[in-house]
Amino acid sequence: MNIFLIIVFSLMLLALILGLARFIKGPTSADRVVALDTMSIIATSALALLALVYNRYIYMDISLVYAVLGFIGVIVVARYLEGAL
Amino acid sequence: MMEIIKYIGYIAIGIGSIFLFLGALGIYRMPDVYNRLQAGTKATTLGAMSTILGVGLVEPTWFVKALIIVVFIAVSNPLSSHALARGAYRASLTPFMKKKMDAYESEIQNEKED
Repeated sequence: MNIFLIIVFSLMLLALILGLARFIKGPTSADRVVALDTMSIIATSALALLALVYNRYIYMDISLVYAVLGFIGVIVVARYLEGAL
Repeated sequence: MMEIIKYIGYIAIGIGSIFLFLGALGIYRMPDVYNRLQAGTKATTLGAMSTILGVGLVEPTWFVKALIIVVFIAVSNPLSSHALARGAYRASLTPFMKKKMDAYESEIQNEKED
């Protein structure tokens, strides 16, 4: 099962790197927020998987909190782009 | 029986990580904001839900919390993508191809007249 976990985590790392490249490159701020949303979702699932690997139940709570915070951040920036803030 | 559920969980984690990678690839490759939203949000929603549900299946005592996170992602991710698309449109970002019809534009016009 060890090789399987290495493959899964390297896929997630590649996904994070691609999202980061779009975050740096993105021509407009909307692109950057889309990349940030994707990266926060990837980090959420990676934290849930880390809870499994290290056998720590508390990491699931951190994953839930991270999901909430990423959602709130995206909503705030979307409202700002809309001009309602 | 427990072994079979465990292997189903690991398969779900594998599928989820593949979809997360594909979503991020879509974020990198697609040409404009709306296409990136489409690729990034749909694929990563499925990927995250599958991965976290897989964690809950491998470790059955954690299943309830995994289910809570999955339900939260299923509610919040389409909501945030909708708000972002709306915000990007109102910030007057045009799609990269010529559009044939645009219903939301007349909606905004009606709002301004009211």
